[in-house]
Amino acid sequence: MRQASPKAPSDDKRWRMIDARIRRLGSSPDALIEVLHTAQEAFGYLDPETLAYVGAALGVPPSRTYGVATFYSHFTLKPQGKHTCVVCTGTACYIGGARGIIKRISQDLNIGPGETTEDKRISLLTARCIGACSLAPAVVFDDDVQGKLSPDDVMTHLEQL
Amino acid sequence: MTETSPPAGRSPRVTANVCQAAGCVSLRSVELSKDLGDRLQKAGVTDAAVKRVGCLGLCAEGPLVRVPETGQLFSEVGVGSEAEAALVEHLATADPTREPRPKPSSFFASQVPIVLENSGLVDPEDIDDYIARSGYEALTTALTEMTPAQVIDQIVVSGLRGRGGAGFPVGIKWQTVAKSTTTDHKYVICNADEGDPGAFMDRSVLESDPHRVLEGMAIAAYAVGADSGYVYCRAEYPLAIKRLKTAIRQARRKGMLGQNIGDSQFNFHVEVRLGAGAFVCGEETALIASIEGQRGTPRPRPPYPAVSGLRGRPTLINNVESLANIAPIIRNGGEWYAKTGVGRSKGTKVFALAGRVVRTGLIEVPMGMTLREVIFDIGGGILDNRPFKAVQTGGPSGGCLPAEMLDTTLDYESLSEKGSIMGSGGMIVLDDTSCMVDVARYFMDFSRDESCGKCIPCRSGTTQLRMLLDKIVEGNADMLDLSRLEELASMVKATSLCGLGQNAPNPVLSTLRYFRSEYLAHIKERTCPAGVCAIASGEAKTS
Repeated sequence: MRQASPKAPSDDKRWRMIDARIRRLGSSPDALIEVLHTAQEAFGYLDPETLAYVGAALGVPPSRTYGVATFYSHFTLKPQGKHTCVVCTGTACYIGGARGIIKRISQDLNIGPGETTEDKRISLLTARCIGACSLAPAVVFDDDVQGKLSPDDVMTHLEQL
Repeated sequence: MTETSPPAGRSPRVTANVCQAAGCVSLRSVELSKDLGDRLQKAGVTDAAVKRVGCLGLCAEGPLVRVPETGQLFSEVGVGSEAEAALVEHLATADPTREPRPKPSSFFASQVPIVLENSGLVDPEDIDDYIARSGYEALTTALTEMTPAQVIDQIVVSGLRGRGGAGFPVGIKWQTVAKSTTTDHKYVICNADEGDPGAFMDRSVLESDPHRVLEGMAIAAYAVGADSGYVYCRAEYPLAIKRLKTAIRQARRKGMLGQNIGDSQFNFHVEVRLGAGAFVCGEETALIASIEGQRGTPRPRPPYPAVSGLRGRPTLINNVESLANIAPIIRNGGEWYAKTGVGRSKGTKVFALAGRVVRTGLIEVPMGMTLREVIFDIGGGILDNRPFKAVQTGGPSGGCLPAEMLDTTLDYESLSEKGSIMGSGGMIVLDDTSCMVDVARYFMDFSRDESCGKCIPCRSGTTQLRMLLDKIVEGNADMLDLSRLEELASMVKATSLCGLGQNAPNPVLSTLRYFRSEYLAHIKERTCPAGVCAIASGEAKTS
């Protein structure tokens, strides 16, 4: 038997979006990944409070909520920078020079993949393949896919974000 | 979604079909279609239309615009470019009744579009446009004129095999699910978790012709007796997800999904479920776990999902491309489909051609075409006239074939005989700037990272294999390491639980088979022949 649905942690309107999604999917444990997607879209990342709330609302134990959130690479438990820069490391991008792009960003901004600059401006991420192989090497700046880039082009784009 | 159209009741003299698949969209084709509309209006052209369509195939030369009435293809049509001015001029003056149709370029000439027949012609966000091109006709025929068993018969006769990579006969899978008894639901799942790096076939199909996939799912559901289904799509494809959701909404409104489809007794409900960045979820039991909201780890089979799948119910899982083949098979008959192809590989296969080849893009060719024809005739050969070195098919589960194997035909049996696999359709061409050991290491790193960790051969094996490959590319390995590599690769292949681990050694084994000299150069001479790996060249290191 599941307990009554928990109360949202705060008055933040974003919780209502998450509640709506939970209700729409019938508050069932099956909905965990879908609801985590909604929560990450709303808050940008999944903090312990969010995980606890979503788990309680769906009747999923914390171990499983945390297990799922950490198993899937799309979910992040750390806040991201103001902008994200996702370097595609798919095969076509890899042989087309993705490695050089990552190296250059790491050197110039002093961050590795998965890290955010000290001023919280840029997060560097890598993707397994974004399916834009004809544009190799490709980089996604926020939601904007750019292709056929040299390390210099990438740095210019990053400065202009 | 037509930007400009001639007055009601008159069909346009010419149409500009502007590609709106992800590749061209990132080259600003959405802005282009708006701009074209504005320019035509300004020029007072009232009998030309601008239409947003799916993938036109030749992704390397985007943004692409095709004028179907005259057969002209305009490439690299940037907003404000000379190509755009030429296109506007063509739209203003071309007379399709007079203009001689250009011969299709070598990129298109030998392609056979079945899966992609609507791609680049229909508006992916308009169900009426799909219906105008015989859309949902196959579903209606199946529901009104055929029994479920007759539908399955046609699929069996067609010889269609799973396009996700393994190549299991689709008809037999359908038969098994149809035979499975259950007290309540059966499910149909469309596997759109296209995870192989360097593959974008399913993304393009979903972005270009989403209704085609939904129609295939509905026919499958009718045939096996299912009443609900899911499309499991990777979250990295926002545009495909958006179009799929739009298509589901439209199909429901038209009565092609939902209750009493086409006024029959058949009900079928479809929902989209998002992946979350786990390659292993392409494996069917892991995919089911993921839809159930759990970590995507596979389980031993049997029982197969056809008997006990989602929520313990009989479940049919087919890949996007497999399902996109269903409507034409039902429309034209299984025998028609089986006429294309070779041996036990019938029909066509969609490939994502990429890497160091002149014309990259999305292609569909009959089974039995040779690698040489695909890479040199359709792909136009190697960039910068460099020498061809290898072609990689099947992603991290596949292999690399050398120049001597270029006359291998593209069919399931020939490719696996040569040590590669058909895979889902990624085809990456490599030239002499790539080091094959480095490529093998790249794929092993991928498999190691994506291993779910459930079974030890895969979890530890891929890690150890990656470490051995690291040693080789760094110039620190000896011959004993090479024999360890071979032994371990065979062990991981033989003992892993699911396809991820069983196929993870393939890139290593195929490069060892065809490019052994490169491994030996790294080990014995401590040099990387392609100059990719960072070894202080020539200097033997003592470890």
